[in-house]
Amino acid sequence: MLLAPFLSPQPMHIPDGFLSPLVSIILWVFSILVIAYSLKRVNEDLGERQVPLMGVLAAAIFAGQMLNFTVAGGTSGHLMGAAIATILLGPWAAILMMTTVVGVQALIFQDGGLLALGANIFNMGVIGVATSYFVYRSIRRIAGEKSWGVFLGGFLAAWISIVVAALAVALQLALSRTSPANIAIPAMAGIHALIGVGEGLITIGALALIYAARPDLLRSSKQGVTGGNALWVGGLAIALALAIASPLASSHPDGLEWVAEQQGFLNTARGPLYQIIPDYVFPGISNQVAATILAGVFGTLIVFGVALAVAYSRRKRRLGEVRQTQ
Amino acid sequence: MHHSIEIEQLYYSYPDGHQALRGVSLHVEPCEKVALVGPNGAGKSTLILHLNGILNGRGQVRVAGLPVVKENLGKIRARVGMVFQNPDDQLFSPTVYDDVAFGPIYQGLPQEEVRQRVEKALAVVNMSDYLQRVSHHLSVGEKKRIAIATVLSMDPEILILDEPTAGLDPRARRSLMKLLENLDITMLVSSHDMLMVRELFPRMVIMDDGCIVADGPTQELMADEALLNAHGLEKP
Amino acid sequence: MHVHFLDPYRPGSSPIHQLDARVKLILTLAYILTAALTPIGAWPVYILLLAWAVTIEILSELGVGFVLRRAALALPFVLAALPVIFTAPGAALIHLPIGPWMLTITLPGVERFISIALKSWISVQMAIVLAATTSFPDLLTAMRAIKVPRLLVAIFGLMWRYLFVLVDEALRLMRARLSRSGESDRPDLKAGGALIWRAKVAGGMAGSLFLRAIERSDRIYMAMVARGYDGEVRAAPLPRLSRRDWLTLWLCLGLLLALLTSAALF
Repeated sequence: MLLAPFLSPQPMHIPDGFLSPLVSIILWVFSILVIAYSLKRVNEDLGERQVPLMGVLAAAIFAGQMLNFTVAGGTSGHLMGAAIATILLGPWAAILMMTTVVGVQALIFQDGGLLALGANIFNMGVIGVATSYFVYRSIRRIAGEKSWGVFLGGFLAAWISIVVAALAVALQLALSRTSPANIAIPAMAGIHALIGVGEGLITIGALALIYAARPDLLRSSKQGVTGGNALWVGGLAIALALAIASPLASSHPDGLEWVAEQQGFLNTARGPLYQIIPDYVFPGISNQVAATILAGVFGTLIVFGVALAVAYSRRKRRLGEVRQTQ
Repeated sequence: MHHSIEIEQLYYSYPDGHQALRGVSLHVEPCEKVALVGPNGAGKSTLILHLNGILNGRGQVRVAGLPVVKENLGKIRARVGMVFQNPDDQLFSPTVYDDVAFGPIYQGLPQEEVRQRVEKALAVVNMSDYLQRVSHHLSVGEKKRIAIATVLSMDPEILILDEPTAGLDPRARRSLMKLLENLDITMLVSSHDMLMVRELFPRMVIMDDGCIVADGPTQELMADEALLNAHGLEKP
Repeated sequence: MHVHFLDPYRPGSSPIHQLDARVKLILTLAYILTAALTPIGAWPVYILLLAWAVTIEILSELGVGFVLRRAALALPFVLAALPVIFTAPGAALIHLPIGPWMLTITLPGVERFISIALKSWISVQMAIVLAATTSFPDLLTAMRAIKVPRLLVAIFGLMWRYLFVLVDEALRLMRARLSRSGESDRPDLKAGGALIWRAKVAGGMAGSLFLRAIERSDRIYMAMVARGYDGEVRAAPLPRLSRRDWLTLWLCLGLLLALLTSAALF
């Protein structure tokens, strides 16, 4: 039963409320820095065709995430798309496309939170792209212009993008003390090692079609598709860091707990600031239960007041309309 | 002896509330070739999508002797070959072979039989040389033929086509018409191409605003200019 | 046929609809940040935040039921936090013997779980109101106002423009696949095909979607060039905020700050 949440179709999109403010904000900062750098690189490398290409392809990734295939027992597999985006347009454009996809999902469809959006962009965009770039690039280098490099590279890049993003989600939940590390990390890693296989197979299918129809899009020397050695090393570093940190954190949850407590310490450190405010909300009531009840009554009164006011003004408006039509 | 298609009092509304079908009844005999005409938004495509259970309206639909209900959908989809307007939606594999083989593979046929079915279907549409070609590179006319082959490989009893001649140049259109003429199978075709309707389809059904407004011999209905004009159609 | 009904935007003329998108976006973010900063177990603050959310929902004339129904769709993730009821250290509430193990539900664990669920629930409600009362072009303006780079806003804009076209395309692909997913009458055959084959077919559909998108973008680019596009994304200057918008912004920010301050007391 504890595994149930990790089996849901899109456990990757963290909603609001699950990450501590500190974790959310740090990941926002990371994501913003990477997005800013990607914008700079895309401007330099891809030229003026970039906007329509990235916009329409981002829409296609969003739509492509709906394409599913039956696995078993009512479950189905579908695409996240970070790897195929990286393979088609290179890592910098892929980061921007995943940012728009994840951004629209949060802003419009509430798939993932708004404060948590920085984390979601980081997981699915930044590290998903960086690690799949590292894997794909390495294998293409070994394979040269041979076609197996495209397919093996695509499969492994897709697999690792899913697993790495899932591990990052688990670590972030654990750091926020929302889900214990020794449950979240093995559960997310185990399930997503399988989901990643589905992502890998779909990616192979997509690459097979594109390779047959437009091999020029997959030529390894294609301009703009290279991210440079720095990103290659970055992808390697992220993959290694998560590979080492995750088993460590799940077998020694105390370590992560310690980090989380440092955050908690930061929270309590703010405490003295509040000491100046007297120890009660409303004068004369120092009891928490009473405060809760009072808040309940106060809240209910506001809600009812507003409801009445809205109903009244609506009626007045309708009466006005009736009078006008008469 | 059963009708190939029996529709009784079919109603359907889209989730946004738009009522697309308002009590449609239609019977088609085995091996009959029927044209479905009418303006855009008349409900032709919506009606067609009920014939293999993609959409589910209120009313009764029986296809190839089977009621269109959840338990029968697999069998019905094997018996109804549906060719969509845009062939790109139907061709999503690297090669022509893979696309035409989809239906037989899905049904679980052994490899050798799949191959025979594919070759036979491609021969019917005169595209035998295209086995290993890349679908994406074909012309619209060629894609249409392959799309028809992708359903013929399932050995369907009924062929349903949505706008088969839309977007074709005259030569491709002519050869597609020849292909349809030679297929000996129950056929329901929705089209704006009145010339083709007159040439190929002895029976014509006119739809407008979610209803069937006329159903009869094509010769007769085509002669009634007032009827055609009333429903946004033109005499060819 | 058309998937526009997926778009959660509900046009209207309520005070919330009329509020400037920039103010709405900032206030939604501020509200969600407030909920995130509210300590575990500060129940009076959660109640007042919930009352705030319901008030906005009533004012928006969307209907509280509409928002709550949509908000329920975002709830399953809550289960990811469920294990904390066993693992947070503190006074034991209930002991559950499950087979050879003994699970202990702790009081701080339950408090933490309920707080996380509440934070998540009220945050998603405000996000729903934002999406349902603000058209996407207005959201793009708001993004520009909070200094999202122009190029990124342009990508967002184009993505939105073609989103429903491509979702439609994906649905048609799936419909065409479904139409050919038939069962043979022969009892010895099992329909469905191998798992790997099914995954590859789904991949082929995705590939054809991407390929068509890339080729479509070439045509869009040419149409843009034909109308004078030179690679530079331009945008009209932002309209000024009205006094009412400013007032609402500062008043609500002040109220949220006051709520947050009072949170420290519980």
